[in-house]
Amino acid sequence: MSYSFLRIAREALRGGAGWGRAWRDPAPKPHYDAIIVGGGGHGLATAYYLAKEHGLTNVAVLERGWIGSGNAGRNTTIIRSNYLLPGNEPFYEHSMKLWEGLEQDLNFNTMVSQRGVLNLFHSDATRDAAARRGNAMRLHGVDAELLDTEAVRAFVPVIDFDNARFPIKGGLLQRRGGTARHDAVVWGYARAADRRGVDIIQNCEVTGIRVEQGRVVAVETTRGPIGAGKVGLACAGHSSRVAAMAGLRLPIESHVLQAFVSEGIKPMIDTVVTFGAGHFYISQSDKGGLVFGGDIDGYNSYAQRGNMPLVEDVAEACVALLPQTSRLRMLRSWGGVMDMSMDGSPIIDRTPVEGLYLNAGWCYGGFKATPASGWCFAHTIARDEAHALNAAMRLDRFATGAVIDEKGAGAQPNLH
Amino acid sequence: MRISCPHCGERGSEEFLFRGAADPRRPAAGAAAEAWHEYVHLRDNPAGPYNELWQHQHGCRRWLVVTRDTTTHRIFSVADAALREGVS
Ligand SMILES: Cc1cc2nc3c(=O)[nH]c(=O)nc-3n(C[C@H](O)[C@H](O)[C@H](O)COP(=O)(O)OP(=O)(O)OC[C@H]3O[C@@H](n4cnc5c(N)ncnc54)[C@H](O)[C@@H]3O)c2cc1C
Ligand SMILES: [Zn+2]
Repeated sequence: MSYSFLRIAREALRGGAGWGRAWRDPAPKPHYDAIIVGGGGHGLATAYYLAKEHGLTNVAVLERGWIGSGNAGRNTTIIRSNYLLPGNEPFYEHSMKLWEGLEQDLNFNTMVSQRGVLNLFHSDATRDAAARRGNAMRLHGVDAELLDTEAVRAFVPVIDFDNARFPIKGGLLQRRGGTARHDAVVWGYARAADRRGVDIIQNCEVTGIRVEQGRVVAVETTRGPIGAGKVGLACAGHSSRVAAMAGLRLPIESHVLQAFVSEGIKPMIDTVVTFGAGHFYISQSDKGGLVFGGDIDGYNSYAQRGNMPLVEDVAEACVALLPQTSRLRMLRSWGGVMDMSMDGSPIIDRTPVEGLYLNAGWCYGGFKATPASGWCFAHTIARDEAHALNAAMRLDRFATGAVIDEKGAGAQPNLH
Repeated sequence: MRISCPHCGERGSEEFLFRGAADPRRPAAGAAAEAWHEYVHLRDNPAGPYNELWQHQHGCRRWLVVTRDTTTHRIFSVADAALREGVS
């Protein structure tokens, strides 16, 4: 069933009686040409592009909980393509272009809102770094504008310009950046993949990966073994554990990142702002809540909740940037478990096990990557080789030294 | 999360600096690149008990080995890192 204005009008008159399931709930088949492990945004997008771009439809997505129960449904929904390095920037720009056409492509309202992403800077040195990043973006044909203090004041008047310690010296603006509705992205990809024949199987945890003579042949699951020609792992946060089932040890640590929503208030901030003083980002949802977050808690964690010191840290940054929020009530906070890779960049690659592919290491920047990640992972799985866009996102780059180190800080699992 | 420093007693985790896996041992200077790669980049990353290094930065400044469950934040043991076998 296609969604359209006409359809809504018709259903309104029929009391909504014609709305059916958005995707099927099939039992697992004994064998698939390709199995994707993990029903987050990346896994579902991969299945969709396998079917759409490569004609592979005997495909299943296996999700241990419900789709979108992981980071796809827990992030702060910021999308942008303001990266510095050539190994990253064309990939994220491809993602941005896919976002721009996503609703038509999926026939689903993913609420992509190009409200702009503004990264503030507070010193000469951080201005230089922002200018360099902006120039790198423009060399790749991506929009970037360097704003001075007055231009920032005109663009987002609501922030505090009198902060003595971190004065607003300007900002790097990507107008095409913004937000998207995270749950709708999950549902949109799920429905579109299902319509092309992909089986989405929830409550189905992968507990083992069967490898025979160096080649993957099946996965063990809580709903029995399922044969597979190829297996793609897209288990953000749990990649180490699932890859270990095939004997792989990854350059990844799992960490928790928290996010926060305030009570709903009148429109206050119509863009996405990041505060360069520490690490803090904020936007306002359509319901009026301020959505914000900061750093990871900073220790290995598989608990989907964080601790108080970070709550305090984020609240301090929020009040420093927006003093008027000091009397707002925090409505909810939560945590998500993410793969922190050792250079802060992701992995989309084949593995030493034949027929086994890895999509991992997204740190806390993988929501914006969802469309391109699925698109590139599907290409890598179907063609058995990387696309030019993910050619640098190799698993062996840590051994060879060809890391993608946006921060220039060396091996450390708390980057980006 | 609260950590019991063997020297200072129980303190909030914000007094401590986290430095990750405690088990990997630094290879000899001339070791093969593969050994260095493993030491610098690869991690077991378990869901469950994990030996990790924390420094009591805002206390006695000693390095500690904390065994903590990464799924519950429950702490099983804390010891001064200098007392580990094979460390001088
Ligand atoms: C608080 C927070 C804020 C964030 N903010 C942003 C942001 O503003 N912008 C941005 O770009 N990124 C952001 N991110 C990062 C982004 O959410 C992730 O990088 C991205 O969602 C990861 O890809 P995914 O959607 O496929 O992950 P997930 O939704 O986590 O999908 C992985 C799935 O694998 C499943 N799984 C795991 N193990 C198994 C198994 N054994 N068998 C079957 N299934 C399994 C999990 O249940 C899960 O559903 C944020 C993350 C967090 C936690
Ligand atoms: Zn101490």
